[in-house]
Formats: sequence, structure tokens, C-alpha cells
Amino acid sequence: MTDAAQPAPQAARARRRIRWPKALRSAPLIAGALISATIILLAIFAPFVATHDLTQMDMPNRFSGPSAEHWLGTDNFGRDLWSRLVYGARISVTIAIIAVTLSAIIGTVIGLVAGYFGGWVDLLLMRLTDIFLGFPPLVLVLAVVAVVGPGLLNVALSLVIVSWTEYARVVRSTTLSLREQNFVLAARAIGASPARILWREVLPNSLGPIIVLASLGLGTAIIWESALSFLGFGLPPPAPTWGWSLSYGTRFMREDPWMSIISGAAIMVTVLGFNLLGDGLRDLLDPRHQTRGKS
Amino acid sequence: MTAYVIRRLLLFVPMAVGIICVTFALLLLIPGDPASVLLGQEATAEGIASLRAAMGLDDPWYIRLGRYFADLAQGDMGRSIFQNAPVSEIILGRMGATIELAAVALFLSVVVGIGLGVLAAIRQGGIVDAATMLLAQLGISMPVYWLSLLLMLWFAVNLGWLPAIGRGEPLIPAFGMMLAGNPAPFLDSLAHITLPALSLAGNSAAIISRLVRTSMLEVLREDFVRTAKAKGMRRPQVVLGHALRNALLPVLSVIGLRFGALLGGAILTETIFAWPGLGQLTIAAISQRDVPLIQGIVLIFALIYATVTLAVDLAYAAVDPRIRLR
Repeated sequence: MTDAAQPAPQAARARRRIRWPKALRSAPLIAGALISATIILLAIFAPFVATHDLTQMDMPNRFSGPSAEHWLGTDNFGRDLWSRLVYGARISVTIAIIAVTLSAIIGTVIGLVAGYFGGWVDLLLMRLTDIFLGFPPLVLVLAVVAVVGPGLLNVALSLVIVSWTEYARVVRSTTLSLREQNFVLAARAIGASPARILWREVLPNSLGPIIVLASLGLGTAIIWESALSFLGFGLPPPAPTWGWSLSYGTRFMREDPWMSIISGAAIMVTVLGFNLLGDGLRDLLDPRHQTRGKS
Repeated sequence: MTAYVIRRLLLFVPMAVGIICVTFALLLLIPGDPASVLLGQEATAEGIASLRAAMGLDDPWYIRLGRYFADLAQGDMGRSIFQNAPVSEIILGRMGATIELAAVALFLSVVVGIGLGVLAAIRQGGIVDAATMLLAQLGISMPVYWLSLLLMLWFAVNLGWLPAIGRGEPLIPAFGMMLAGNPAPFLDSLAHITLPALSLAGNSAAIISRLVRTSMLEVLREDFVRTAKAKGMRRPQVVLGHALRNALLPVLSVIGLRFGALLGGAILTETIFAWPGLGQLTIAAISQRDVPLIQGIVLIFALIYATVTLAVDLAYAAVDPRIRLR
């Protein structure tokens, strides 16, 4: 037994030795990971990194540019934009994480079941997926928000309705190809239940694409969440959402566009971070899909 | 080919039925009672009850679903609560503007996307490639409404080259007028549509350019490209004639999907540029909880999208020999 166990750590070390340098050589992956980590840390530690009270107004100093006192300047009430953006990150990131986690779970379960059982189960689930894919995403999100009303969980929920389909389709196709692999056939031969096979054999081997989708999905969720608050259907003020700042700032755009520009920049940098991370992970985890095309 | 087309057309039916059912479910779920909204604040309980009965709101859901299908079959999408006009009329009046905007944006994103993608692919690994792909990454990460704002600030507010808001004459009649010797309306329409269409196209152009690049790189490695080069064919002809034609196949199927994204994105651009289309109407309808109107708009958006996807799939079948010759 001890002898048989020996090669395993070595193999693991060998695999790691090949993987780490590749991960470290990928500039997009590193940039994406750094940006994403920074944004998430800022969101978590918002109370500590914010320099001003969110509601503290300073009318004489409204629309001031960046300064030592106000790092990113002030908004239309003279409130500190850096502090508001940091708290805005909290809202956006929280909604995005909830939405992506729920979408990934729902989509993965549906994809696993459809791919593994096939037949009419597959047909039914995939037609259902098609129907949800048949709506332009933002239209469906808005319609759902009209039903459930604003609020943190409601916004997250409306994003789930449009984003679970991607996971379902991808996981279904990986399940289809894994289903005929020897290790799955072996598990079935020794009498493992479908639930156990899906959980222990198929799911772990589908994790790569799911992680990639989730990372890209965080970016998309943030874009949609901001779009909702931009249109006035997200969290209502005084919540310092990025979309609201951007949209409210447009009222003063001719003279003082800074408030809108910096709020939009916050959205873009965050989304860029998650997208770079997702693309980098895809190159790393899925050799068939080379977005960089260096080979 | 025929078998494929028939199968694809048949698939459209359950899809449309499903879309209609989801849209109907929205009506059931949206809070607020159309009858009390219609009658206003001074309504009596009896008045509301009798109007509910008259509107058939008290019937069980399956009867209302059946009636909804029957009405739709006759082109009746109900009446808007706030505008006191048939939903189908209101939507028809707005649809042209949105389709025009989305179509121009699609055209722009396809042209720009293919151009940048090919450029990056033939300069693979170089500075042009890196710069183009960085631009694409930025384009994908940039929210539509932010790009709209920046373009508006720069070209309309600061430079004053283009109008910031509104729409000119519809493009096609204006083009007709230009042919008849009056170019002013057409130029005006072009000036109005440039900024909204550009900001709407940014995202899709970025996505298409990355796809074209990947697809081109794959095709450029194929044997027939090497053969074409080996027999001394000139490089532009190899790249554009041989490689691009084959590289565009996977791109075609994505274009349909992009159209859906453009229709959704149009809601945002229309709001910013005061473009009088379905997007603006959507926001108004949702703010007023005008249920029949919301329902009609969602349905129309989905049906336009489904039709475009169908058209793209059929075009794909006609172009791809693997399906055409089956």
C-alpha cells in the first residue's frame, strides 16, 4: 500500500511544476487576478478604506476634482467619491457573487442531469434553456425586475434568470463527453448511483469550464447590475451604486462630467479585471481554447 | 439541407410557444391590478370588481392563457393602460427606430470586428496584434452606457460635431429623398444615428474581432492555405479570398446572438440619446407598471430575436457545405 501511494505526490509535484510557471507567464491572468483581488478586498474592507462618511455633504466643494482631501473628487452634493465608489464596489460585488453562485449551481445541476440521462429529460431541459436564451438578456432582466421590484436579492435573482443557461449548456456538453469515459463506466459497473457518479466523477472533471464561466460571469453580472441601477431599477438611493452615480452625474454633464466618468471607470476596471481573469483561466485550464493563440 | 431547414423551422414553433408562455407568466406575476390602475384613485370597490369581471381578470389562469393565445393569433396584444391605445399600434410606431439602430450597429460591429480581427491575425504576436486585442478587451469590459456618455461628451458636447440627442428622418425614406435630389435629410439622419450606433456597436465589435482572430489563426494553419501560398498566390488573395471566407463561418452564428444583445443594449443607448424607439418605451412602461405594454414589448423583442436567430441558422446552413450537401 505504501509503495502504491508513493508516486502520487511526485506526480502532483510534477504537474504543479509545469503549471505554475505557465500561470505566472500569463500577463492577462496576473493582471486580472490582481485587479479582481484588489476590488474584492476594497469591497470587503470598505469601512476601513473609505476616507469620509458617505452622507457627509460639503456644498462649497461640490464637483471638486481629485485632491489630497478627496482622492477622486466630490459629487453633486460635495460627497467624497472615493468613499462612495468603495461602498459601491461592496454592492456590485455582493450582487455579482450571489448571482453567479446561484446561476452556476442551477445551471450545473440542469446540465449534469440533461447530459447524463439524455433522452426526453435532455430534450425537455434543453428546450427550456432555449426558451430562456430566446429573450434578449437585458429585456428579460428588466421584465423580471418589474415583477420582483428593486432590492439586493431581487436584482441578483433577476440576473440568475438570464445567466444560468450558459452553465447548463456547457456542463451538458462536458457531461455528454465524460459519460462514455472509462472511469465513469467503471463507476457505473461497480454499482454507483447516478447521483454519486455525477457528484464524484463527472462534476470534478467539469469544474474547469465552470470556473472560467463564473469568472467571466462576475464581469457580466456587474455590467448588468450597474445597467439596472443606471436605469433606476437597481438599489434605490441613498445606496451608492455605481450605476446611479453614473446616471445622476449625466445631469451635470455639460459642466462637470467627472462624477459620471469616474463612476463608469470603476465599473470598467472591475469588469476588465474579471474578464482578464476568466480569459487567463481559460487558457490555463482548457488548452483547446487558446484566446492568445501563441501555439 | 431540406431536412435541416424543416427541422429548424419546426423547432421554432415550441420555442415561440414557450416565449409566449413566459411572457404571459410575467403578466400574472407583476404586482398591481390593471383594473384599479385604469379607474384611478376615486374608484369604488364595486367599480373595480365589475371592470375586473369585464376584463376577464377573475378567470382562472389557463382560460386567460388560452385567450391570450387566441388574441395574439388575431394580432391583438391588448390595450396600454396609460396611453389608451392598442399595444400593437404603440409598438409598431416605435419598432422601426429600434431595428434601424440595432441594424446599423450590427453592420458597424461586423465591419469593424472583421477588420480588426483579420489585422490582428495576420500580424499575430506583433504590436498591432497586442494593441488590437487590448482594445478588444477594453471594448468587451466597457459598459454601453459609459461608452455612450464618453462619445457624447467628446463629439457632441466638446467638439459639437454631431447632435447629442434625437433622431432624424428614418434612414430608408431619407435615402430615397437623397436619390430624388435632396440629400439634407439623409445626412441629418446619419449625423443623428452615428453616436448611438457607435456606442451600441462597441461591445459587439470587440467580441467579433476576437472571434475572427481566433478563427483566422486556425484557418491560416490549414493545408489549403499552405497550398495556395506554395503555388505562388499573392498574400492578400490568400488571406481575404481563401482564409477569411472559411474563417467567417463560426462568426456567422455569433452574429445572430449579437443582434439579441444589441436589442437589449438599445434600451440603454436609447435612454441616453433620447432615441425614440422600443427601449425608451420599455423604461416608461416598466416605471408605470403598464402590464399589457411591458408584456407586448418583451414578446416583440423575443420574437424579433428568435426570427433573426432562425434566419442566421438558415443562412449558415446555406453557406456551410457540411449542412448544405447533406
